[in-house]
Amino acid sequence: MKISLFIPCYIEQCFPRAAISVVKVLERLGHQVLYPTAQTCCGQPAFNSGAWKQAREIARHALTVFRDAEVVVTPSGSCGAMVKVFYRELFHGEPEYQEACALGDKTWEFSSFLVNKLGVSDLGATFQARVTFHDGCHGLRELHVRTEPRTLLAKVRGLELVEMAARDTCCGFGGTFAVKFPMISSAMGEAKCSAILETKADYVISLDSSCLMHLQGMFDQQRAPMRSLHLAEVLASGLS
Amino acid sequence: MSRPSQSFTAGATELCQDLDHRQRIQTAMGNYEIKRDENKARFLNWGEARAAAAAVKDEAVNHLDKYLTQFAERLAARGTTVHWARDAREAREIIANIAREASVRRIIKSKSMTTEEIHLNEHLAEQGYDVFESDLGEFIVQLRHEPPYHLVFPSMHLTRHQISDTFAEKLGSARVTEPEELTLIARRVMREKFCQADMGISGVNFGIAETGMISVTENEGNARLTTALPRVHVALMGIEKILPRLDDLALFWPMLATAGAGQPMTCYNSLFAGPRQAGEPDGPEQFHVVLLDNGRTAMLADAEQRDSLRCIRCGACLNVCPVFRNVGGHTYGTVYGGPIGSVITPHLRGLQEWTHLSFASSLCGACTEVCPVKIDLAHHLLRNRRNAVGQKPPLLENLIWSGFACAMRHPWIYRVGARLARLLQPWHNLVKGSALDPFRAWTRTRATPKIAGQTFSDWWERHRA
Repeated sequence: MKISLFIPCYIEQCFPRAAISVVKVLERLGHQVLYPTAQTCCGQPAFNSGAWKQAREIARHALTVFRDAEVVVTPSGSCGAMVKVFYRELFHGEPEYQEACALGDKTWEFSSFLVNKLGVSDLGATFQARVTFHDGCHGLRELHVRTEPRTLLAKVRGLELVEMAARDTCCGFGGTFAVKFPMISSAMGEAKCSAILETKADYVISLDSSCLMHLQGMFDQQRAPMRSLHLAEVLASGLS
Repeated sequence: MSRPSQSFTAGATELCQDLDHRQRIQTAMGNYEIKRDENKARFLNWGEARAAAAAVKDEAVNHLDKYLTQFAERLAARGTTVHWARDAREAREIIANIAREASVRRIIKSKSMTTEEIHLNEHLAEQGYDVFESDLGEFIVQLRHEPPYHLVFPSMHLTRHQISDTFAEKLGSARVTEPEELTLIARRVMREKFCQADMGISGVNFGIAETGMISVTENEGNARLTTALPRVHVALMGIEKILPRLDDLALFWPMLATAGAGQPMTCYNSLFAGPRQAGEPDGPEQFHVVLLDNGRTAMLADAEQRDSLRCIRCGACLNVCPVFRNVGGHTYGTVYGGPIGSVITPHLRGLQEWTHLSFASSLCGACTEVCPVKIDLAHHLLRNRRNAVGQKPPLLENLIWSGFACAMRHPWIYRVGARLARLLQPWHNLVKGSALDPFRAWTRTRATPKIAGQTFSDWWERHRA
């Protein structure tokens, strides 16, 4: 299969290892990975800020970039939800509506793509650690991805998954919310960090590097010994 | 920034640092969640029950003209006076007139958020009436001159010790610590008020069009006394509270109890179909139902957000909302707090002035997930943001997003931007956390992520080569 990657802007710049791991995993499975270099952002920051006109301009660019893609995979529940769920609303009544729906239909969140589209769960990864998993809200409630990452983690050799308390509760990142209402975002983050630390895990794993950027930022500020990894990084570990 | 927005920010800043408050609310809501889930499991299929409830409410709301007329006719047929109020002012005047014409002096109330919405107590007090809240939680916040903290649990923010202090200060009672003792103090005061009141005001949980009845849900029995003892009973009802059939209650009674309070059923569910009829020994001489619009028909006209009128005011969305749990009920500055309040208040009280509440959300969607009538709450927050920005784009932000969109349409700007950010990041470290830091909203509580020496695109070029 020819798989086009849609890499979130913060992964491109701050967490490239997550995207590199996605490439490694997909190539290992024997697929041809493409990275259309004209891609930019999905437009979610503008969309969530109410600037739908500008969000549409950005989204139109994405529609063009991925027009000919066979299938699009993104290592993010949040950007995945933007393309799969919110593009439909953004382009409702616009000439590009059909195209937006088509892109949504062929776009997959990474873990869901592995389990539901490719039908694989064991990638042969080895990762000796106790980990906990953080569900990003968009992946969980917009894309209904809950079991897929756990299915994948269950097959990683040496890995022990410990669920945190109140695992469905938001970490407080919320995109621009994190800086528009930093006090609420941080209060929510504190509760999430405590729940993560209580698991005594070595790592917190997620489908969303954006949530992890917020959580890792809080851990580092508090000098708490917690490290975060994208699911793809775990799945790529131990692969030659 | 609107005044409500400033006061929200100030309140949120204070409450988010109040760890006692956070702990108290988390504990209460944690207990509620356990009970709620136990009782959800008693439904054969909670998901289907939600879909059915949403369909019934849609039927009612989409045919309001038919069902409201039917409701009013059937009520009138048994001697009830039905009033129609376009807005809060009209509703207040109607109720004050009823009181005046019936020579009422003392008024007792059972719990009603709709009366809060029209600020009825203040108005009646100004007219010289003695207005007394008989729901225990409402009674406590009334003594403290506070608005209800939560749609269903008005005084959940208070500890038993705070309540004891309030009683001691306002009622002169001895300081006690057991909830039962506190309840007895309130009961002693209330019994007297029930006997003295000549008018009782209640809300309405459901109005049954088929039979011309109102249904009132409660746990304390105070609504039964409020509606039975005084000579006049006035019920204030938002027009969206209509249900087509009596049978619909078989779904809505347990659903409201489960979603609202984690109970299988509330202790009392009472149906009222009119004043005392000929030959009946008791009941009020007069029964008035005041039907309130107050912005509801405007919401009905909004096809996108019409489903907000399905709301049964159970408070389930507040209970799960991580924003509500941190900022608390009073910070919103609205009658209806939490997600449903953030959705409807801009419609009821002004888009520009109240849209900050729609922005004060991480869009986690927990509200949408629990809503028993499946209101698309989290997405409505996005739509409110779009409506507000579309109507009046904030100057600076609009510029920022236009610049951002321009960069994102031109991949080379996006790439150059990334390199520029990498070059500038070491300079940011010099001001990080200080007043000069442009990112202090982030850096006050969070370390900044390091921009990678090699972006993914850089890696990809080498990987492909």
